[in-house]
Amino acid sequence: MLIKSTYNELIKIAYKPRSFIGIGGLIIIISIVLFAMKVDGDLYISLITGQFEQSLTFEGTILNGNLIAFIIIQMLIIHVPLLIAFVTGDLVSGESAMGTIRLLLTKPVSRSTILLSKFLASCVYTLVVILCLAFMSFVLGKILFGTGDLMVLKSDGLIIFQEGDINWRFFYGFSIAFLSLITVATLALTLSCFSENSIGPIVATMGIILLFTIIGSMDVPIFDNIRPFLFTTHMAAWRYFFDDPLNTTNILYSVAILVTHIIVLLAIAFYKFNKKDILS
Amino acid sequence: MIKKCLSNSLSTQEKIVEVKNLVKNYGSFCALQDVSFDVYQNDVFGFLGPNGAGKSTTIRTILSLIRPSSGTISLFGSSLPENRNYILSKIGCIVEKPDFYKYLSAQKNLELFAGISGKNIKKSRITELLEFVGLNGREKDKVNGFSHGMKQRLGIAQTLLHNPDLIILDEPTTGLDPQGIIDIRNLILQLKNEKNKTVIISSHILAEIELIANRMIIIDKGKTIVQGVVADLLNSQEIIVGFTVDVVEKALLILQKSVFATREIVVQDSIIMINTSIENIALINKLFCDGGIGVSSIETKRKLEDYFLKLIKA
Repeated sequence: MLIKSTYNELIKIAYKPRSFIGIGGLIIIISIVLFAMKVDGDLYISLITGQFEQSLTFEGTILNGNLIAFIIIQMLIIHVPLLIAFVTGDLVSGESAMGTIRLLLTKPVSRSTILLSKFLASCVYTLVVILCLAFMSFVLGKILFGTGDLMVLKSDGLIIFQEGDINWRFFYGFSIAFLSLITVATLALTLSCFSENSIGPIVATMGIILLFTIIGSMDVPIFDNIRPFLFTTHMAAWRYFFDDPLNTTNILYSVAILVTHIIVLLAIAFYKFNKKDILS
Repeated sequence: MIKKCLSNSLSTQEKIVEVKNLVKNYGSFCALQDVSFDVYQNDVFGFLGPNGAGKSTTIRTILSLIRPSSGTISLFGSSLPENRNYILSKIGCIVEKPDFYKYLSAQKNLELFAGISGKNIKKSRITELLEFVGLNGREKDKVNGFSHGMKQRLGIAQTLLHNPDLIILDEPTTGLDPQGIIDIRNLILQLKNEKNKTVIISSHILAEIELIANRMIIIDKGKTIVQGVVADLLNSQEIIVGFTVDVVEKALLILQKSVFATREIVVQDSIIMINTSIENIALINKLFCDGGIGVSSIETKRKLEDYFLKLIKA
């Protein structure tokens, strides 16, 4: 029944117009970035590399598909959660708002199975979004700009990764970005269990991300103790794969924090959804 | 409050629904107070009550959409919530409004619900039901463009999808045109008589219940007012009988000299309306005939609506 129920949830997502607004938006934004970089990319890169021109000489093509992919992920990873929340925040509350929750919950499927199927469907949607992001930035970027070494600018210097040492970094980078987006999807799904309207959970999810991001970026001692435990702190964990040497402790810690958030949020969602009186 | 349970001859039939001492509180507000009733196999069970009486709360509780504060519910001999999935696999329902996924077609909606109905439902069954409710030709259309009546028909198709033993219809005729109402009424009677189904129907159209239900419960403010066999409940009450006579003055004189002199009598044109029991109709008719009064029609004015309003006011 879980498979059938998950299939149903995927059908609902696939047929819902809002599901494509996010992906469509993503494609348009990346296309604009790719176009802009194709036209004026060299100028953009020179603004970054200008500060090193006195001490370093660059050979080969800095503006390549790998750098484009890195720039795009860095730019969009903050905005993609909105697209995810836009769909997953509606999965339960949208049913309440539409009234279909009454029909859905009078079928011989346990509430836990229904919620689990919604979670699994939101994971699949998130995977589609991340694959779309990966294709548009990494694959299309390489097609349009070719391949080459990757130059990554860090606060403490510049790291150049050899061309043969990049693909696996992107793979794991996208994987941990997927995990952080699943955390956002779970947060939106959990909030969705508390709401009877579609917009509330989406706005609340974005509000929480914004609040946590502000707390995380404020260099105030009072927040030092909670900052390491905020999931927003670990949403940029994909960048750890572009450190040299790789700091596996940081990576594992981020994964642990994100997975803990997913488990705790799911536990809250299951508790609420199973106890909920359907009054809509 | 009048509260009585009339005896009936259905006690030997299998109990499909057994609700005992159902209570639902929302904070200090008590939505259901000690509601108890039984529904037997092949019943068309009417659920009556004014708005906010607790009809929907009771139906939602039976369907495990709402958790009761106390009381027990068992269906098909199995108790809720322990056997929820088994029970729900034998129920088809429309709760309040037939809401569907607006961005999906009628057929796709039914396919989704068929997939989680607990039974292997073929596409031909969906086609058959869409034809049955008169939506053939519109099966590929999105529900977004459907009228309320069409959604109601689709709701009926969804209800029958997995051939359930118990059908719960909450206000099924709301928003339907007269032909639609007749169709639903005939469908319910068909389900009862030909398919041996049990139907629970709540409706604010009281005449609807009178026409199709054999047993009923009336609740108000979360409390049971009365329940029992519809015919018994109605026949136990006094009714208004209208006699169309040829000489009104003479007929009134006969009544004033009879044992009915103290009864409330109202005259409307050539109709004399008298408040009496059903057994006295023949007696009054005989009085008129013996007195040489021509009686062209006798019409009982008492309807469930009068009965319902009387109970609610009490």
